[in-house]
Amino acid sequence: MSGGLRMTGGVAHAPTRGVRALILGIIGLVFAIPIVAMVEFTLRKGLTGGYDFSRWLALFQSGFTGPYRPVLVALGNSVALAIGTVAIVLLLLVPTMVLVHLRFPRLRRMLEIICILPISIPAIVLVVGLAPVYAVVARLFGSGVWTLALAYGITVLPYAYRAIQSNLDAVDVRTMSEAGRTLGAGWGTILLRVLLPNLRRGILAGAFISVAVVLGEFTIASLLNRVNLQTALVVVSKNDPYTAVILSLLALIFAFLLLIVIGRLGARRPRTTRRRSITKGLS
Amino acid sequence: MTQQQAPAGGGTVVEFRGVVKEYSGQRALSGFDLTLQAGEFVALLGPSGSGKTTALRVLAGLETTDAGTITINGADVSGLPTSKRDMGMVFQAYSLFPHLSAGENVEFGLRMRKVDAEERRSRARAALALVELDGYYDRFAHQLSGGQQQRVALARALVTEPRVLLLDEPLSALDAKVRVQLREEIRRIQTDLGITTLFVTHDQDEALAVADRVAVMRAGNIEQVGTPEDLYARPASPFVADFVGLSNRVPGVVRDGFVHVYGTRLPLVDSSQADGDVWVFLRPEDVEFADDGVSGVVSTSSFLGSLRRTGVRLDDGTILFTQHNVHLRPAVGEQVHLGFTGAPVSVESSPRLVA
Repeated sequence: MSGGLRMTGGVAHAPTRGVRALILGIIGLVFAIPIVAMVEFTLRKGLTGGYDFSRWLALFQSGFTGPYRPVLVALGNSVALAIGTVAIVLLLLVPTMVLVHLRFPRLRRMLEIICILPISIPAIVLVVGLAPVYAVVARLFGSGVWTLALAYGITVLPYAYRAIQSNLDAVDVRTMSEAGRTLGAGWGTILLRVLLPNLRRGILAGAFISVAVVLGEFTIASLLNRVNLQTALVVVSKNDPYTAVILSLLALIFAFLLLIVIGRLGARRPRTTRRRSITKGLS
Repeated sequence: MTQQQAPAGGGTVVEFRGVVKEYSGQRALSGFDLTLQAGEFVALLGPSGSGKTTALRVLAGLETTDAGTITINGADVSGLPTSKRDMGMVFQAYSLFPHLSAGENVEFGLRMRKVDAEERRSRARAALALVELDGYYDRFAHQLSGGQQQRVALARALVTEPRVLLLDEPLSALDAKVRVQLREEIRRIQTDLGITTLFVTHDQDEALAVADRVAVMRAGNIEQVGTPEDLYARPASPFVADFVGLSNRVPGVVRDGFVHVYGTRLPLVDSSQADGDVWVFLRPEDVEFADDGVSGVVSTSSFLGSLRRTGVRLDDGTILFTQHNVHLRPAVGEQVHLGFTGAPVSVESSPRLVA
């Protein structure tokens, strides 16, 4: 395949250093401008003009008590929801996809359609359908915030599915599982010891994007009257837009750190890094 | 090599009896019968779709059977899952686990059998040494060539001392030179360990070169099973004659237990053949240049190392191949005469003139 690419006359070559810097610079700007604008906004000194850190200091000196406490609670909720959603992806979606891939390949098309479907349904429409469902859910499990994870499990399906499926296609899952079976491994062992390590990249990517989606989710939580990070931020912003923006920035940093930590966990095993560097050397 | 490895699958007898396997109405195996004696190396040879891989996968437990029994040392294994059948298998596709090193791959089966770490390591090293990959313990699959990967896969299949070794076209992804080298090595290891082995291939050279017995398959059944020499010299059917070794297919007439081809009388493999028009299968080595005999014009001649194969277009348009000494170098377009050595030939009733 790479040979074919190379034959197209330089199109597939890596960009030169300058081009690379330019592309990264433009993309960086697109991301940086709103964030820098947010920072600038929080540093403004009222009507007099000029900048200082008074609002940041006030927030931290209050120790997130008083009016900002709900945001902290809401952050906790969102993190719990993110964990719940990732758990759904790992425990339900991954085994289902592997099973369909190996045993019921004819169902693959249908699974794909089902998994991609939520992306074409606006959250607001989803909520209309979910409201009566949640009336039942609330009766069965109570109205705890965690129940939202069930809905989020649906909204992240398209992203998680794509990430995992591309990994599944790239690995010869069938031969590997058959080899495992002839060597005396049962299905559970094969899933944990053979398939998961080789699908790790796809699964991690799916988990990342699920976390990002959940931390940024507003519509469903708001319309189902649950409190998560985004709904809490909206409440704060109605009283104090400056603090709301500070909190948004903190949430961004938090999400960023979270993703880095998860990424680290994934790349922790030293042999993986070794493998990657060698592959790079070969290509 | 450690001591435990020597007896391996030594005493294992495998028997297929009336095995049937259907894929949505298509019969992949229809009443398949085959017995592998203890320590025997049997090759299943056949064109694609003949059911040879299915037979092997059914034995491995990777496919279920629809009818018939499979026994190992007399015990029916039809109900056993793959993981309990105690078979070592090497696949056509590269099947090493990419996240494990070669050594860890080899250890995998031992780990499943709860062998302790130290013994695992030493047995894995011994198995890698067996396939001549000492020192490759820490390599990953992507750091190995195709041939090396299949060697590791072989070590992985053998290290658990399985009762039966299953080889599913393990050489077909490799280039010609490695293929020949590795098949010799597989044969050497198999002989050393004395492990009962079933080897699936579509390459007749491969099957004839390494197997104790070759089973030629066609449409879900065995057409003929025998030693390589048997199959080659006395093919039971035209299909086998055509599939095993290169054959010339020429018209002839059977009369009184002999077949007459281009004016020469040749003995039959199966002398009970009824009189009449037939197709005759002539091995190229049984065709030779002669001073007189059937005449034709040399159309091709290729050097094959130890011998030369020449195609001669006869006056009736048939091309007859002959294998001969490399010192003879017929030129294309040269007028030659061909004779026959008189070795027994197999024939097929010609459908055109059957009453």
